[in-house]
Amino acid sequence: MRLGAPLRYGLPLLVFAGLAALLWQGLGRDPKLVPSPLVGKPAPAFALPSLRDPARVVGTEDMRGRVALLNVWASWCAACRQEHPFLMRLARERDIPIYGLNYKDRREDALRWLDGLGDPYVWSAHDLEGRVGIDWGVYGVPETFVLDAQGIVRYKHVGPLDEKVWRERIEPLLSRLASGEEAAR
Amino acid sequence: MSAPFMALLLVLALGGGMPALAAIEPREFPTPEQDALYHELIDELRCLVCQNQNLAESNAPLAKDLRDEIAEMVRAGKGREEVIGFLVARYGDFVLYRPPLRRDTWLLWAGPFLLVGAGLVALAMVLRRRQAAPPAAAAPDPEALARARTLLGGDRAGGGGDRAP
Repeated sequence: MRLGAPLRYGLPLLVFAGLAALLWQGLGRDPKLVPSPLVGKPAPAFALPSLRDPARVVGTEDMRGRVALLNVWASWCAACRQEHPFLMRLARERDIPIYGLNYKDRREDALRWLDGLGDPYVWSAHDLEGRVGIDWGVYGVPETFVLDAQGIVRYKHVGPLDEKVWRERIEPLLSRLASGEEAAR
Repeated sequence: MSAPFMALLLVLALGGGMPALAAIEPREFPTPEQDALYHELIDELRCLVCQNQNLAESNAPLAKDLRDEIAEMVRAGKGREEVIGFLVARYGDFVLYRPPLRRDTWLLWAGPFLLVGAGLVALAMVLRRRQAAPPAAAAPDPEALARARTLLGGDRAGGGGDRAP
């Protein structure tokens, strides 16, 4: 059996092109992004003392009923500082509740941060030991979860939230969720 | 270089690649089985923060928290599958250095064998073709041979190479 010239030269070329395409696609990916297994599942339940009022317990139950954001933050986290003005803007301009999960932070540090930079959160839960963070699969602060009205996790963003992420990822999701609720009504 | 010195170098070179077990905090377990399970798990599970280290090697705070969590589960008598299930439910398959065999991962597992298989098939084809082909350089055409001789000046016996005139 003799391979024809097209096959003989074409095949290696094809294999090369395929491999190059595969590797090129791999280059464009961010290896730091770990897909969350929580998306599509009910938000992990927690009940923690509120940052501002330790006697008050806040948790997953309080976030139900409306589409909401849960933002994981800490005063020691530099990227959170970068993200903070955008959260302040969201809180001012958008009609969506933002809840905070203050992760492995000292209460006084966290409160100083909120008092100095502004507080975009409805409340912040104080996760001093990071146990709730583990339940939510937190591995790099800041992280932001989008929860629907039924308390299902719809999206997770790792890293600072900004205009681009909001426009390209979260806004389309929010309008999908809103139209879904309209339909269900 | 002397043989003992070479041996020493070899030991150092190999030892350098071992996980630095001394880096993690000591823990005590009620039974040696639990101790073994704990170490097996932290060796096998991947750190989320420094992605090319396992939980045993990593100094990241999250890795320590996860070691605490795993140690607590092991002490509570949880088995291997339960601990792994706990972490996969939170962080996904990413924490596993040994991914499970599933519909979306079979290519990962079978890929290398498929490639070796394809290589063997190609090799067999080439070998068979080579065997089937007529022996190369059969008796040359006598006419062409004669012509070649004349062109090379074959009448001169044992030509001594080129020489400038």
